[in-house]
Amino acid sequence: MDWGAIFGNAAVELISPTTAAYALAALGLAIHFGYTGLLNFGQAGFMLLGAYGYAIPALKLGWPFWACVLTALAASVIFALILGIPTLRLRADYLAIVTIAAAEVLRLIFTTNEFRAVTGSANGLSEFQVDLLALNPFPPGRYGFGPFVFDNRVWFFLVIAWIVVAIAAVFTWLIMRSPWGRVVKGIREDEDAVRALGKNVYSYKIQSLILGGLLGTLAGILFVLPRAVVPSYFQPTLTFVIYAVLLLGGAATILGPIVGSIVFWVLLSFFSGFVSRAVTAGWFPFMTQVQAGQLRFILVGVAIMLIVVFMPQGLLGNKKELAFVK
Amino acid sequence: MEPTQSVAKRSPGRWLILLAVLLSALTLSGIAASPAMAEDVSAASATEEPAATEEPAATEEPGATEEPVEDFEYNFRGNVQFEGEPVEGVRITVEGGGFETETETDADGRWEVGVPDNEGTFTVTLDEDTLPEGVIVVEEGGAEREAEFGLTRNASVNFFLGEGVRTTVSFFDQFVQRAVNGLNFGLLLALAAIGLSLIFGTTGLSNFAHAELITFGALMTLTFGGTLGVPIWLAIIIAVVLSGILGWVLDAGIWKPLRKRGVGLIPLMIVSIGLSLALRYTYQFFYGGQTQQLVGATGTPRINIGPISLTWIDIASMAISIVVLLAVAFFLVRTRIGKATRAVADNSSLASASGIDVNFVIRIVWVLGAALAGLSGILWAYFRPGVSWDMGFQILLLIFAAVVLGGLGTAFGALVGALIVGLFVEVSTLWLPSDMKYVGALVIMIIVLLFRPQGILGRRERIG
Repeated sequence: MDWGAIFGNAAVELISPTTAAYALAALGLAIHFGYTGLLNFGQAGFMLLGAYGYAIPALKLGWPFWACVLTALAASVIFALILGIPTLRLRADYLAIVTIAAAEVLRLIFTTNEFRAVTGSANGLSEFQVDLLALNPFPPGRYGFGPFVFDNRVWFFLVIAWIVVAIAAVFTWLIMRSPWGRVVKGIREDEDAVRALGKNVYSYKIQSLILGGLLGTLAGILFVLPRAVVPSYFQPTLTFVIYAVLLLGGAATILGPIVGSIVFWVLLSFFSGFVSRAVTAGWFPFMTQVQAGQLRFILVGVAIMLIVVFMPQGLLGNKKELAFVK
Repeated sequence: MEPTQSVAKRSPGRWLILLAVLLSALTLSGIAASPAMAEDVSAASATEEPAATEEPAATEEPGATEEPVEDFEYNFRGNVQFEGEPVEGVRITVEGGGFETETETDADGRWEVGVPDNEGTFTVTLDEDTLPEGVIVVEEGGAEREAEFGLTRNASVNFFLGEGVRTTVSFFDQFVQRAVNGLNFGLLLALAAIGLSLIFGTTGLSNFAHAELITFGALMTLTFGGTLGVPIWLAIIIAVVLSGILGWVLDAGIWKPLRKRGVGLIPLMIVSIGLSLALRYTYQFFYGGQTQQLVGATGTPRINIGPISLTWIDIASMAISIVVLLAVAFFLVRTRIGKATRAVADNSSLASASGIDVNFVIRIVWVLGAALAGLSGILWAYFRPGVSWDMGFQILLLIFAAVVLGGLGTAFGALVGALIVGLFVEVSTLWLPSDMKYVGALVIMIIVLLFRPQGILGRRERIG
């Protein structure tokens, strides 16, 4: 068994752009769920809007990258308003059902053959990063140290991704210790009390939904930069995995989503690397290579259940600041 | 038993509302259909007269440089020509294994469409309305073709075009056919939705793992009816019983201990999501990713009643649904445990104070809900047709839509909601492309929440 390769692949996940994208999406959910107590199950929808909001103007209209990012963010704000206005006055589980449904509607609209000319249908879109790659300061070639050897393109996306995550984390930290953040946390603890203090709870909730959604949208852009945009990435399972990342790290923390994402991906890579090599080596004769791939989703599901029941505050959370409302 | 009686008193009113809603829904859809119908009757004319000039329309070009379809491994392709000229913009629909997609021929008359797996038979349909005037598909089988993959990843399906006048199905006939399909679909959704709604009503849990209870029923029928060779009626009964047992096991093993721990509703919901994910991939682990067929699901002869074409399985499926739904209604309204169930759903502490064993009622609800979901999964496997590891998850959101439409926590509301969703999904394919048919139902749910958040039969205080 090649332990070096297993550990090497797991180490790559420490800094991979995908880890950064999941961390950012989970940070958005931390604003929704951890700080405000909103059950947003449509984070995949926000990410989809980021991915397509960036790719479609870049490919079809030839816009510069900053205009594409702004388009994606604008689409995300509109989506948040459409979701939030009807549902934020209702009980938490209504928001959950509506957001998951709305994210599925978006995915189906981007999958249908009807709009193939714009969305690329199930095959998706690729080569939309050209404009951004023109700014790549890294000289061409593959370099790095230890297991971290990437080509210049990956290094570029990696640096962008972690810079965005760092900025978003500092921003969230600042906003959560501001008066706005205190009101929002108050809403999580006791909505009626905050309302009694004369705050417009509804408006704060919408602001929180938009803000977390914007981070989700940015995460969507970061997620697709190193690859092509395909609608099947944005299934409800993506949202569930991001919840797993968030709960693992700690729902009401700033560093929790980031640590959660790193731990999640490193462990997952280590686990699937180990199982797949063990199957090849014949250690598990009852399992095929394909089944070994499915094992990790089973593990994610069981992990979500166990964390919620036995460690609701996550790795970094504070037991006093309860991760869950009601 | 004070609360129980008050629940019982309300029920005739609810039945009236239910009837009224159904009637108005039917009337409304009838009104919407009529103008378009009048327009279309004139177009529907004459019989098919294939003329002399038959033209082999399609030959596959092996060296054609088409862009690779990355998303799916298996592809259908073909080429539509008429008298040597390519025909552009002809709509081709491919359906099978619970998957449905459509494409159009390009400027060279070529089309290609990817499908997720190569198991079973696919129906490839050429939409004759998109052919030029006076051109039809001439050949036995007409514009609808059965196709399957051999050992290759690509299969070509060719249609032979010729001159002729086509028969079109009038709009009204199509509408009736789809409405009947929608009713069938709605009834099977209702079976699952009632269970989901009862579980929500008695425990407050939005159970995302309900999808896996649906899949479980179909998988067990497949195992017993297919692999072990048990007669299919017995396999179905075994599967429903096993589903009920699964419900018992889940409540005893997971949900009751969690209720005892005092875990909140939102953590419980997230636990159900984790459970759903774990179970779904466990199914895939054991059954693989392909779609398999239950005994008798394909190739059953069709019975034509006027414009409606059904298989006896469709008829049996509707009959089973109706009988079971009536039995559930009887259980809820007339029996002692049924009344207790509604009392717990209404106010569980009050029910408990009046001597109802709440935990026992919840256990019954789990067993009943899981058995209904299992049955719904079996019917869904015949309706799609096909059994696959994620089949329940494909309709989970429709079931949630049904429950929300009817009013969370009300059993009869779930029934009405499911019928509306089922009809809407099927009938909307008259206007919407078939790969978007779930979109309409989900959008309707969001709109209903805007105007009547408690749902059609729900009461205001439930939305708190």
